Amino acid sequence: MEIKLSNASDKPIYEQITEQMKQAILTGKLKPGDPLPSIRNLAKELKISVMTTKRAYADLERDGFIVTFAGKGSFVAERNQEFLREELLRQVEEHLTKAVQTAKLAGIEGKELIDILSMLVEEELE
Amino acid sequence: MTNAIEVENLKKSFPQFQLKDVSFQLPAGTIMGFVGENGAGKTTTIKCLLNLLKKERGEIKIFGLDHTKHETSIKQNIGVVFDDLYIPDTLHATHINNILEKIYDRWDESYYVELLKRFKIPFKKPIKQLSRGMKMKLSIAMALSHHPKLLILDEPTSGLDPIVRDEILDLFMEFMQNEENSILFSTHITSDLEKIADYITFIHDGEIVFSKNKDELLYDYGIWKGTMEQSMELPEHAKVRMRKNAFGVEVLVNRKEVNSAFSIDKPSIEEIMLFFVKGVRP
Repeated sequence: MEIKLSNASDKPIYEQITEQMKQAILTGKLKPGDPLPSIRNLAKELKISVMTTKRAYADLERDGFIVTFAGKGSFVAERNQEFLREELLRQVEEHLTKAVQTAKLAGIEGKELIDILSMLVEEELE
Repeated sequence: MTNAIEVENLKKSFPQFQLKDVSFQLPAGTIMGFVGENGAGKTTTIKCLLNLLKKERGEIKIFGLDHTKHETSIKQNIGVVFDDLYIPDTLHATHINNILEKIYDRWDESYYVELLKRFKIPFKKPIKQLSRGMKMKLSIAMALSHHPKLLILDEPTSGLDPIVRDEILDLFMEFMQNEENSILFSTHITSDLEKIADYITFIHDGEIVFSKNKDELLYDYGIWKGTMEQSMELPEHAKVRMRKNAFGVEVLVNRKEVNSAFSIDKPSIEEIMLFFVKGVRP
């Protein structure tokens, strides 16, 4: 598995790790049961803080992507289709929230915003 | 989690300078970067920790033990690196081995030799003929070869080129593979810290300004730039510190309190330090 960290990115390092691991899991590059590097080893290789990798793994575990067994390490969790859908839905909500906030700042009203969205959906479907 | 170092209200006065109620904790298994400008009190604090300077007041515990009562046993488990070697410069790396094996119960000669080879430090060359980078690496090899649980380093990477710094950071990360091990290092090269430190403790003029988890520091704060007039749109409670210049104003903000539509830059530790030292409260 490859992990690319960017210091120029606005995203926190732990988020960059969780995102890339999630992506690797969602696309099947990492399969259920696959072992992950230890927290300390990952920190050493990427030359980042242990607390950062710890946080990334904690977030992945919270979101159900990985499981950790004391003394054994962390592994990719078994998952089902519904879980995958949930995750993508969550991502959609996140993006839409951002759009709503930006719209509010520009004084764009709810109806107009919905119109924009409908238009975008139609364009995408065509 | 237990603490490798606990400092409570440490006080030490000199005619021109004093440490004022310095307090911080270094949890075991983590790395703390101790930052501040030259003369802020970093070395004084470290010397007090090691009982090289007598503290006036306050409590210092290392591995949960009082640092003066248990000084000998504590020091068997600490590796120390200062900005220079402070040993006679006619000695060779092999002489140092012969001395240190008598001092440390757990001195590991084969590990020392391994580190010297890895760093390409000559065994039989007087110290005075070594470059600064070599000396620093020798110093770190000396500090690691009795398998300490805590490394205390004062400016270990200052004056070193990026390649040597990188090798040293590598070694630190190797040391941290043991979950019990901890590192406290002082520095003013904050880019090194931004990589590997778990906690940042910032000292200014003898006082601790903050001692925080690095990720919280870097991602909870942000920098907004604009004109004074525009800055009025920022929520008042989000503003932490402000710096004005001839063309506008820069504001250190709490990211969570600011609408995501505002354009906020990611700060560096250096920038955060500057805001706290040079900036004004809004």
